Amino acid sequence: MAHFDIGYRRCLAPDGRPLEALPDLAHDAETLIGLYRAMVRTRTFDAKAVALQRTGRLGTFASSLGQEAVPVGIASAMCAEDVLLPSYREHGAQLWRGVTPLELFLYWGGDERGSDFSGPRQDFPCCVPVGSHAPHAAGVALAFKLRRERRVAVAIFGDGATSKGDVAEALNIAGVWQLPAVFVVTNNQWAISVPRRRQSAAETLAQKAVAAGIPGEQVDGNDVIAVRQAAAAALERARTGGGASLIEAVTYRLADHTTADDASRYRDDAEVSRHWPEEPLIRLRAYLAKIGRWTKDDEERLLAATAAEIDAAASAYLATEPQPPESMFDYTFARLPTDLSGQRAQALAPVPATGPEPMTAR
Amino acid sequence: MVEITLIQAVTLALARAMEEDPRVLVLGEDVGADGGVFRATDGLLARFGAERVLDTPLAEAAIAGLSIGLAAQGFRPVAEIQFTGFIYPAIDQLVNHASRLRTRTRGRITCPMVLRSPSGGGVHAPEHHSESPEAMFAHIPGLRVVIPSSPRRAYGMLLAAIRDADPVVFLEPTRLYRASREDVADDGAGLPLDRCFVLREGTDTTLIAWGGMVREALAAADALAQEGVSAAVIDVATLKPLDAETIVASVGKTGRCVIAQEAPLTGGFAGEIAARLAERGLMTLLAPIERVAGYDTVMPLPRLEHLYLPNAARIAAAALRAMAYA
Ligand SMILES: Cc1ncc(C[n+]2csc(CCOP(=O)(O)OP(=O)(O)O)c2C)c(N)n1
Ligand SMILES: [Mg+2]
Repeated sequence: MAHFDIGYRRCLAPDGRPLEALPDLAHDAETLIGLYRAMVRTRTFDAKAVALQRTGRLGTFASSLGQEAVPVGIASAMCAEDVLLPSYREHGAQLWRGVTPLELFLYWGGDERGSDFSGPRQDFPCCVPVGSHAPHAAGVALAFKLRRERRVAVAIFGDGATSKGDVAEALNIAGVWQLPAVFVVTNNQWAISVPRRRQSAAETLAQKAVAAGIPGEQVDGNDVIAVRQAAAAALERARTGGGASLIEAVTYRLADHTTADDASRYRDDAEVSRHWPEEPLIRLRAYLAKIGRWTKDDEERLLAATAAEIDAAASAYLATEPQPPESMFDYTFARLPTDLSGQRAQALAPVPATGPEPMTAR
Repeated sequence: MVEITLIQAVTLALARAMEEDPRVLVLGEDVGADGGVFRATDGLLARFGAERVLDTPLAEAAIAGLSIGLAAQGFRPVAEIQFTGFIYPAIDQLVNHASRLRTRTRGRITCPMVLRSPSGGGVHAPEHHSESPEAMFAHIPGLRVVIPSSPRRAYGMLLAAIRDADPVVFLEPTRLYRASREDVADDGAGLPLDRCFVLREGTDTTLIAWGGMVREALAAADALAQEGVSAAVIDVATLKPLDAETIVASVGKTGRCVIAQEAPLTGGFAGEIAARLAERGLMTLLAPIERVAGYDTVMPLPRLEHLYLPNAARIAAAALRAMAYA
């Protein structure tokens, strides 16, 4: 008979109290401050994006409010040469890896150039069809393995995504082929209006790893130290030939699903209020204050600097001219096919085009 | 030079591509030791090893998804979907990812992959093994859709598809796999993926077909010649991007056409060709455009298959109908 255990990792209590001997990384206050800054930067970006959307200057936007420890914890454990395959709520990871706030604003503002990352050139763009990027991570990981590179593909998706076949297919293949991949489930308890318990009867989502024959664990997704530690272990295992892992980061979506959603239709404000004290910034800030490494001044300086950076990016975004119409055509294929060049010419014509010359009558 | 079948030409092209480019990988269900259920990958495992010929788990979405990940990382995956009846889970990956990664990232990430699959009826196959879904793929922007209909075209077009910088759906007409043999020079020469092939010139009518229907169109042209009707025959071969010029030019000369497709009539690719002719060649038409297609029914099981599939007689009859107009 086979037995399986799913562990749960947590380092800091919600009030910032260390629960046990902290992992090595937590002894370097500079590292922790870096994580804290990244979470604040993510939250600042989120707030600005929501504000721009509310005033009609950005498209529909998916906030990561309350979940910042997951993308930041994961990305901070990755190497630059690893590849991130995010869903649409991982700006925290993208920002950490060098996607610029301007690029993110452009993407959410409806401009493809926002996915032409100047920083992490091999990272995948946001994935909107839920869970469909999990097989891409397996493919990227297979590429690394075949080339014998010590790199890892990291896919992040939500609790809802774990119900999808392509996620199961990807986990399974990553298991059979021992691929250098890390799959991260951001379990924020909701898939739009569907609560976690309506998504799966499994006690944990991490146990989906068991069926794939790969390690799986739960981690407190509001504890950036624990997330980073879990990610570092999974990345190390993948990098050294130990194959893929699944991490379920348990957190809570404090915001509406997106700016187009009204969560009051399906969940109580009281539930949301109950989760606020657990959010990740309070916890790390309290710990840093406790060890004498964070003051009110530090906080104010950080908030001001971050707001300035994000505001500047927003201004740059708002000042960016749309792409010319031919850009619709020019990235469809490496070389524009003749058949499409006719449509391109029509799109560029000053008056509604009449199409190619009709043939002369016989 | 040796005379080989279409399926052998596929194998020859795969081997050639793998020989000349170490980035080319073959993956899919049973493509390794078994050499694929139709033997398209026969011998490749022995020759190129298990790191380049990968037997995947049974998971079509993942086969396409893996290929996307590999292609984004600079490999040139050639994935096999065992039968087109099982390609549908992969369509999500094609529509939402493979075909648009280049556009979405403004060229930063591209997807040079080939998805091969046997397609079409006429071989008395079980349920779900005889359909012709090419129009679904042709409707996806950013994909090339290629259907060879002879060993030489299979060889040259598959090589070109593998070398292409963008994703290609490569549908192989099952009924032509072993239907005939042709000299194929293993010279590595690719064929264009944006051209129709004019197989026969003619002056009275143009028969337009692809895949399994090309043979029927050629047979119809022979029959029409007996009746004194000179029929041009065009193998469309690449549905997307369509070489409308060649088609419009031929119909411009003959003034009549029959478009033959195995797929159900409504929403089929023959409709697209008819529309192009209506837009650009209407004034040259001497007779209504004729379509000969499968019916808008579920593909019947083998005992009725021959009643469903268009054939040379139906194509010739349509051509004669058109001849009745001045
Ligand atoms: C395949 C697919 N189905 C439906 C949707 C519409 N949709 C967008 S997000 C979402 C919920 C996803 O929930 P989860 O995976 O938990 O991620 P979260 O939004 O909570 O981050 C749904 C149903 C989609 N984008 N993709
Ligand atoms: Mg969720």
